[in-house]
Order: sequence, then C-alpha cells, then structure tokens
Amino acid sequence: MSLDSRIPEGPLSDKWTNHKNNIRLVNPANKRNIDVIVVGTGLAGGSASATLAELGYNVKAFCYQDSPRRAHSIAAQGGINAAKNYQGDGDSVYRLFYDTIKGGDYRSREANTYRLAEVSTNIIDQCVAQGVPFARDYGGLLDNRSFGGVLVSRTFYAKGQTGQQLLLGAYSAMNRQIAKGKIQMYNRHEMLDVVKVDGKARGIIARNLVTGEIERHSAHAVVLASGGYGNVFFLSTNAMGSNVTAAWKAHRRGAYMANPCYTQIHPTCIPVHGTQQSKLTLMSESLRNDGRIWVPKKKEDAEAVRAGRLKPTAIKEEDRDYYLERRYPSFGNLVPRDVASRAAKERCDAGYGVVDNDTKEGVFLDFSSAIERYGKEEAHVKGLKNPTKEDIQRLGKNVIESKYGNLFEMYQQITDENPYETPMKIYPAVHYTMGGIWVDYNLMTTVPGLYAIGEANFSDHGANRLGASALMQGLADGYFVLPYTIGDYLADDIRTGKIPTDTPEFEEAERNVRDQIDRLVNNNGSKTVDYFHKKLGLIMWNKVGMARTKEGLNEAINEIAALREEFWKEVRIPGTAEELNQELEKAGRVADFLELGELFARDALEREESCGGHFREEYKTEEGEALRRDDEFAYVSSWEFTGKPSEAILHKEDLQFDNVELKTRSYK
Amino acid sequence: MSTAKGMKLTLKVWRQKNAESKGNLETYELEDVSPDSSFLEMLDILNDGLIQKGETPVEFDHDCREGICGSCSLYINGEPHGPGRRITTCQLHMRSFNDGDTIYVEPWRAKAFPVIKDLVVDRSAFDRIQHAGGYISVNTSGNTQDANAIPVEKENADQAFDAATCIGCGACVAACKNASASLFVSAKISQYALLPQGQVEAKDRVQNMVKQAQEEGFGPCSNTGACEIECPKGISLENIARMNREYLAASLAK
Repeated sequence: MSLDSRIPEGPLSDKWTNHKNNIRLVNPANKRNIDVIVVGTGLAGGSASATLAELGYNVKAFCYQDSPRRAHSIAAQGGINAAKNYQGDGDSVYRLFYDTIKGGDYRSREANTYRLAEVSTNIIDQCVAQGVPFARDYGGLLDNRSFGGVLVSRTFYAKGQTGQQLLLGAYSAMNRQIAKGKIQMYNRHEMLDVVKVDGKARGIIARNLVTGEIERHSAHAVVLASGGYGNVFFLSTNAMGSNVTAAWKAHRRGAYMANPCYTQIHPTCIPVHGTQQSKLTLMSESLRNDGRIWVPKKKEDAEAVRAGRLKPTAIKEEDRDYYLERRYPSFGNLVPRDVASRAAKERCDAGYGVVDNDTKEGVFLDFSSAIERYGKEEAHVKGLKNPTKEDIQRLGKNVIESKYGNLFEMYQQITDENPYETPMKIYPAVHYTMGGIWVDYNLMTTVPGLYAIGEANFSDHGANRLGASALMQGLADGYFVLPYTIGDYLADDIRTGKIPTDTPEFEEAERNVRDQIDRLVNNNGSKTVDYFHKKLGLIMWNKVGMARTKEGLNEAINEIAALREEFWKEVRIPGTAEELNQELEKAGRVADFLELGELFARDALEREESCGGHFREEYKTEEGEALRRDDEFAYVSSWEFTGKPSEAILHKEDLQFDNVELKTRSYK
Repeated sequence: MSTAKGMKLTLKVWRQKNAESKGNLETYELEDVSPDSSFLEMLDILNDGLIQKGETPVEFDHDCREGICGSCSLYINGEPHGPGRRITTCQLHMRSFNDGDTIYVEPWRAKAFPVIKDLVVDRSAFDRIQHAGGYISVNTSGNTQDANAIPVEKENADQAFDAATCIGCGACVAACKNASASLFVSAKISQYALLPQGQVEAKDRVQNMVKQAQEEGFGPCSNTGACEIECPKGISLENIARMNREYLAASLAK
C-alpha cells in the first residue's frame, strides 16, 4: 500500500483553513447515531472524548487507571507552548512552526507542524475559559517562561504542575459529558485488540481489569490516544503502566509504525540509584532557565566527588567545566534536549561523571549563580544599601523557591540532599517517544476509521521534541484537529446503524485475546515478568539508547529475539485471569514491548544518519555533532507488520520542505 | 545518597481476596532492603519473592510513582501515605524507617471506598462527585475570548492553583474519623469560586457536589483538621470554610 499523507493543496498558512472549509460535516441529528471509541484519557484522549461528545457523537472512553484523571499527562511539569506573543518578544505562528521543525531536526511534516503552531493560541484561550489556573503576574495577566531550543518566552505554566492542571481541565470537560450520558466511561479497562470489519476499524476487545471479563465494544471509528512507549527501556520517566499494547495491537492489525527509533532522552532526570529502582524522575527543563550544568575540569576532582571525599561546593569556579556554555555559547544551558543529553553522556564517558553508581553517570545542575543574581536584584528592589552575603543568599533562595519550590522539594525527598545548598545531580533518562503510529494529515492511520492522536502518533515532532510541546500537541489533536477531521470519514456512516458485535470478526479478535491470556496464565515458567522487562531495558539502554552503532544494533536485534523466545518459555504468572491480576497485565505489555523493541532497533539500524534523538556513532561531524544525510534519509520510515518484527516491510514517506531551508542545526 | 544497605523489616499486610471476602493481616519478613528504595519498590521486592515462591503477590494501586497521579493509597502504620508530610506513598523512602521495624500496611478505610482486592480500593465515588458539577460549562470552540481578556488578581489565581493541585488520592477521607470528603470537594469548589470563569454556575455547583458526596456515603465534617495534615498536596482547611460560605450563600439565594 502506498502512503498518502493527504496534505491539502495551497500555501502553508492557508492549508488548515481551506481544509476545514472543504471537508465533509455530519449533521447534528446524524451524530447521535454514530459511536466513537477513544482509548486513553490523557490530554489527547480526554480532550478528544469531551469535544466529540459536545459535538453530539456517542463516545465510549477507556483507561486502564481507576480514573481518567490519572493518565500520565498529569506528570508533565514545565509548561505548554503557544504563539501568543504576550511578551512582545518577536514570537509568531511562523516562528513557533520554524522552531518546531528545526528542533525536530527537519524530520517532521511542514503542514502538520504549521497547523500545530496555528491552533496553539486557541488552546490557551480554551483552557482559561475552563478554569485552568495558569500562573499570572501582578497585573493579573498570564505569565510566560522560556524553554530549550528557542529564543522567545512562549511557555505558559502552572508552577511545576502544568500537565496536571491541563489534564484536570480536560477531565472536567469529560465530566460534564459523562454527566450528560454522552461519554460512557470505562475505568480499569485495557484495550487488547482492534476489530476490523470489511477493512475498517469497527471496535475493540477490552479486558475489565477488576473482573477479568473480556468485553466486545463496537463503534464507527476508533481513536487511539494511548501515549508513548518509553517503557520499552524499563527505566523511564513514564508511569509504571504506560505501555505500547494498544498501539502494537493496532500495528498487528495493519496500522504502520512510523520512526519507532525516535526517542527523547531528557537531560534533567534524577540519576539511577541502584538495581531495585523501578522508575526515573524528571526534573523539569524549566530548571535550565536558572540552573547551570557542569562537571569538574579535573578527573581527580570528579573521582573525589564520587568517593564522597570532595564537596562540589568546594570546587573553585575555575576548576568547573560548564560544558554547555563552553560548547554552545549562544543557547548555553538552554540547548535542545537531545544536544544537552549527548553532551552529558560525552563528559561522563570521558570520566568526569559525579555520581557514585555503576556507570558513574551524573552531572551537576547548579543554582548558586541564580541565587546570587536574584538575591542582589531583590536587595535592590527592597532598597537594602549594603546587603550582607547572608541577606543575598536568603533573598535569592526565596525567589528560587517561589519559582521551583515543588521541584526542589521533590528532589530532596528522593535524594536526601538539599538543592538550595548543594548542586543537584542529574542525568539523561528516557522520557518521550516521537515515533508512533503513522497517520495522515487527518490523523487517520493506514487502517480506515482508526485514528491516532497525541504521543501515540508520530506526526509533529520529527526526530526531537521541544520542551512544552507535548502538551500542546496532545490538546491540539484532541480539542481542535481530530473533531474536525473525523467528521470527513464518519459522513459515510450516517446510514450504517449500530455495529453488531456478534459477528465472526469480533469472535476471532476475542479468541485471539483469550488465547494469549490463557497461554500466559498457564505457562508456569520460573521467572517473573520484571526479570524479562529489566533485561530488555538494559539491552535497549546500552545498545539502542543515546549512542547507536551498526554492530550494537545488530546484537540488540538478536538478543531481543532470543529474550522474547525465553519469555514465552519461562515467564510465570501467579493467580488467575478472572480477577484483578497486575502481573498478568504487566506480562501482556512486556510481550508487546519484546516485539516493539526489535522493530525499534531495526529502524535505528536502517536509518544511517544522525538526527535529533537518533545518534549513530558512524555519522557525526568532526566536533561530534549529529550528521544528517538529507539526500538519502529525508523520509518517514513507516513499517508494515507481516507476522514478525524481523519481517516488517519498510515504506518511505518522503518529506518535502517548501517553506524552510534544510540547514545543519546549530545552537553555538 | 546514603550508602547503608540491608534493612531488615517485618511487614503486616492486609490481604483480602475480593470485595466479598473477609480480609486479614499477613506477616512477611524482608531482608536487605536499601534505604534508598521507595516504599513501593520495597513492596515490589516483597512481590518478587512471593511470585518466586508460587504465592499470589500483594495488589496495590500505583502508576506515576512521582507523587502526582494520585493512584497510590496505602495506610501505613496508621497514617494515610505513612509517616512523611506532604508526600504520597510512592514518594516515601525506606530511609524514613529503622532497621528491624515492623510496618503495618492497610488499604484506605471508608464505606464509600470499598476494597476491590488486598490494598486496592474503589474510589469511583470521587469521579461521581466531579460529574455532579466539577466543571465549567464551556464547549470547545477555539472561539472563546482571548485568554488575557479577563485579568485575574494574582492572589486569587495563586489560591485557585493551590486548591486545584488536589490529586484525588483520598487520603483526606482515610484520615477522617467521619470518612468525610469535605477537603476533596472543597478544593474543586474553591478553585472555581476564586476565578471569574467559575462564578456563573457557582451556586448550582456547590449544592450539587455536596449532595452527591452525601449520597456516596461520605460523612460530615467536624473540623478536626486531620485531612489537612495528611494531605500530600497541603490542601488547606480554608477551602472547607470557603465551601461552607459558598453553600450558605447558595442556600439563601434559592
């Protein structure tokens, strides 16, 4: 099948408006006869469910959590971008579009990215109308801050809990529709297969996680908003339950997976402490507005810090290597995430890491300069003539506390160290997956009637996502894009009537699900699910992580295939399938990660260039920067499932750039 | 980070097969728990051992493991979310305990939060309270007025934010001798009451949400303040006072 991205004709800035004017609509009376299933209730799924229900469709929404409010969008900290230009610092829709294309290292679609920038301003208006309490200044107007990879302040925020506030906004919009009966909510349910009838997505098979019951649900269209697959690395900043299962089952039913190897490794996370660790915690990128990143200049100092013989505060200014400021003077500590992460790895690999863990992986994020700067400012504002050093420290710490208080608290809780007194220690960790299900301009997958929105799709961030853009994309897709584009498809279904579930197609899909569950609970192997998940994670981190080589990727592919075989022989699931059984849930998810991991490594192997979060050691400049190969690789890798990950067929969607010139990204 | 290794612990964990069955406390011994592990990682170790021995692991709710999703809900040594202040169970670290300690782990206890299995309870009553009015009735159009059209006094915006940080975990209910949901309900009421956008529906909202909370079987508030102390997000009792004022004003107006 050839890939048609269905990008509308016309100039870039008119495409979305023209498209909206020309696509088909469904009349309100007919919407009442159309059902839509939405899987996932994060920013994308929550906002889509609410909006589709407002429009009049009958929505069935599913989440594996006990309430839609707990989807992992809730954990996003820093903020949401929008081209409002409230600060008058030169921002515009075009500039947000350009920053996003450049930040993504020229591996995203122009038309999608422009549309994202275009609707970004509506998101802020909508959220304020819903009662989302964004940060405001003393005049009562909305405040902004800056994020990595850009030169303007366009990020709206609610302290370090922006994702929480936006998600609760979408959740409240859902609640209004649940109360009206327009959304039927299925909490503690997990989607385990897509059902296709005559080639179209017409329903799902879901497991009730409390009773174990396998349920058939039909609809005229199915929307996947099931998030990213960073947990293929075992350790990540994702929630414990975040998984690829919904997306992978869709892939097995014909939805292509695009750019699976594009993964964001976030530079500012709390370093790994030991083998009992279950997840990693992010420290918001907003901290890089005021924190300076460094390692000791001398190896012996780094060694002494690791051994606990030397305090970082005792290292003199001239003995510190502020390596981001040194290498990238114009963006400094605010370079994009992929660049900051690789630079940290480079220093630690060279022996300058400051954390005493197995791999000596960690660098400092230091607020002492900011405390002093803010302290002096405050002293001036307060009219203190000759402030003492203590005055300045106290005043400066107050300012830092008001900006980042909750993050500092979180850090201290986890590490038992006080970041006001000693620099934070940070290291990159898996955070977000830019890759995902391939979709066209209408956000429809290669399966008619099956849509993918938010992190679950691949569409807007190219090979690297800019900070504060995930929330923007989730809400743009759910509130403003999908509700329009899905009508174009559903216009053909006004006379279809209810989709029956007592058909051979539902029968087959249900049997498929039951077979896998039966196999898992009756396996009686000798090893736990986590044993396999941790092993997979190590292979991925060491060979498919921040730096990839042909040799390593080939090894990873073989090792993952072997591990998958061992999993199906040796995994042990306690209990039964007819009750709440979290081990069974985990097993199903890890089984899918074991397939995805192999495709992920294949995708990385096939892409013989470095771009954004994908870094191949063979393709770098003399200075060690990523070397893109636009002549050969300016395309979306889109994989078709044919029975095994090793036999997936690659389809290429060529990327056309008519409005921006492809340049080597420079943040120097 | 601390380098001390190997805490020895005795756990008394509530086991209950399902909603209908009668539960009991089971005793487990654990050795070599790192003080840097989180409380939930300690339970992971327990479960790993139970699975190896062919026993069924302890079920508990958890997801983000960074204190924001509100899933985790353990009653530890007689306190919701354990001995720490302003943290959830997943943010509690084993360094808060001593080598050789005996630790009691129970589910939230409240009529409105029935046990599903072991330490997992059903908190859907909280969702239903939100359905009764926890929203502002505005459709998604993209054509609402500009976000800066109505300035909001910074103090009100900040207080609305503080109220809105409730994670819906239910610790307030678990801490309360009456199993009252007043802190939870008042947080939502306050968020909207402090913003101009929330004014239009304020009267119906407070009456409907309070009514729903009563129907769900949550008890009345007797102002002991245990909820405020145990709340991992530090939601203030002032919100309950504000809810009561709103409720009174709504009752007088109707």
